[in-house]
Amino acid sequence: MSGGAELRVKIAEIEPVATDVRRFRFVAADGGALPLFSGGAHVVVGMEAGDRRIRNAYSLMGSPFDESSYQVSVLKTRDSRGGSVFLHERVAVGDTLVISHPVNLFPVDRRARKHLFIAGGIGITPFLAMAEQLSEEGARFELHYAMRARDCGAYAEEAARLYGGRVHLYCSAEGRRLPVDALLANQPLGTHLYVCGPERMIEGVIGAARDAGWPEENLHAERFQAPPAGEPFRARLARSGISIDVGPHQSLLEALEAAGIDAPYLCRGGACGQCETAIVSCDGTLVHNDHYLTPEERAGAAKIMTCVSRLAGRELVLDL
Amino acid sequence: MLVAGIKSRPQYPGLVLDPKARLHLIAAEGEGALAVLALAAAGGPDFPAKTVVYYTPGGSAGAGHVGSLEALGLDALHVTPTVPTLLTRLDVHLATATMGTRLYTAGAEGFLGQVVQLGERHGIDHLSIRTEHCGSLARRVQCVHCKGITENVTTSIVPCAHCGLSLLVRDHYSRRLAAFMGVCVDAEAPGEVPAAEEIFR
Repeated sequence: MSGGAELRVKIAEIEPVATDVRRFRFVAADGGALPLFSGGAHVVVGMEAGDRRIRNAYSLMGSPFDESSYQVSVLKTRDSRGGSVFLHERVAVGDTLVISHPVNLFPVDRRARKHLFIAGGIGITPFLAMAEQLSEEGARFELHYAMRARDCGAYAEEAARLYGGRVHLYCSAEGRRLPVDALLANQPLGTHLYVCGPERMIEGVIGAARDAGWPEENLHAERFQAPPAGEPFRARLARSGISIDVGPHQSLLEALEAAGIDAPYLCRGGACGQCETAIVSCDGTLVHNDHYLTPEERAGAAKIMTCVSRLAGRELVLDL
Repeated sequence: MLVAGIKSRPQYPGLVLDPKARLHLIAAEGEGALAVLALAAAGGPDFPAKTVVYYTPGGSAGAGHVGSLEALGLDALHVTPTVPTLLTRLDVHLATATMGTRLYTAGAEGFLGQVVQLGERHGIDHLSIRTEHCGSLARRVQCVHCKGITENVTTSIVPCAHCGLSLLVRDHYSRRLAAFMGVCVDAEAPGEVPAAEEIFR
């Protein structure tokens, strides 16, 4: 199975935590222990929504030392492709789901002297597990959490209670904005920066850190973007001779899976590189939405990350 | 007997200015001063005011570069008599440094390794330290038997300065130790020691 071994879990608890945010607690369906993970890890949750199979990645937010359950938070998004709405409206306590083993593409760098976490909105979730892990280990960290309004700031009070002065909250509705430049100007040597939140915030903070002379090696970001929609196109698989249609709101990977093809994937967010697929030819323009391929590889038009990237054009021929 | 293409063998791509650094912190030894002078020539008008240099004429072939470095008008130039004193002072500087400080180092290989080792102890990724190899090819070698370090090794075979074994100097490198690996060459047949060749001059 391409996404790695799967785990069957049962929903043990569903709790509203903020506007449009619900926390889900999963336990192993067989009642056993779940694999341990490290702070920053995510799982891919599979959902059978009618005739479609949706798979979304969610950061694990509970303690990495707790093997009795996993917790994720789901923000219901208006322009949802169905996953967050499915979890908000179509599942109940006691239902079973199939999830992937935890995968960590956003780990803490243990060589750091200090860890600086910057969260925007629902981007808080990986940091809850990372803070718990570092707190247990006695490592030095700060969590800076920006939110639109108090009722959007999931877990703000919980984090402040657990980690005290290490947590700093910024609520734009109250006129407090994240002082990015001041924060970056005065950090001790050996500090690593981690950002998770909306794409524009990630770009802003990482760009500010580069401008402040931070080396690339100290910058970490987690982007869980949904596959962007686009024009429909046709994908032809050169080796197997199959042709499939990719719908406007469907990713290339999802279309492959719907056709019964066990295509490789891991993060489903354009970050890990697992779904890299060779292109034989294409009639149209490639729309690369990933954060994995280098500019040279993009220009070469010989590879595509099927989880988030697509074609603006007629037909894409893949080496599959 | 040396093994070619070993992945642990460090690369020293040369000093390139990081224009966004708030502070250029440079540790140089011997002929490494020439790399600092080249960096200063490539740097903008604000280079001197943003730059602190720790320099030791050092163990290799340092030849009167102190005057040229002084003429750069740097924010600070600290000249030390030996590599260990330089590393001690750099250690103190790094302990209170902030992000935005870019560490550069130039000199003989054993010196570069020790500066990178020190930087890593302060949480700097070795890949973000800019390095340039200047001067002698002499190596810092750890005897894998007694663990003693022999400095400025120019030959393979070399006698270990601590336990006296005849060591073959390999290309295997340890960033943690900032040293190449030296292994006893006549363990199988004691006394059968090949002639030493001067290959790291």
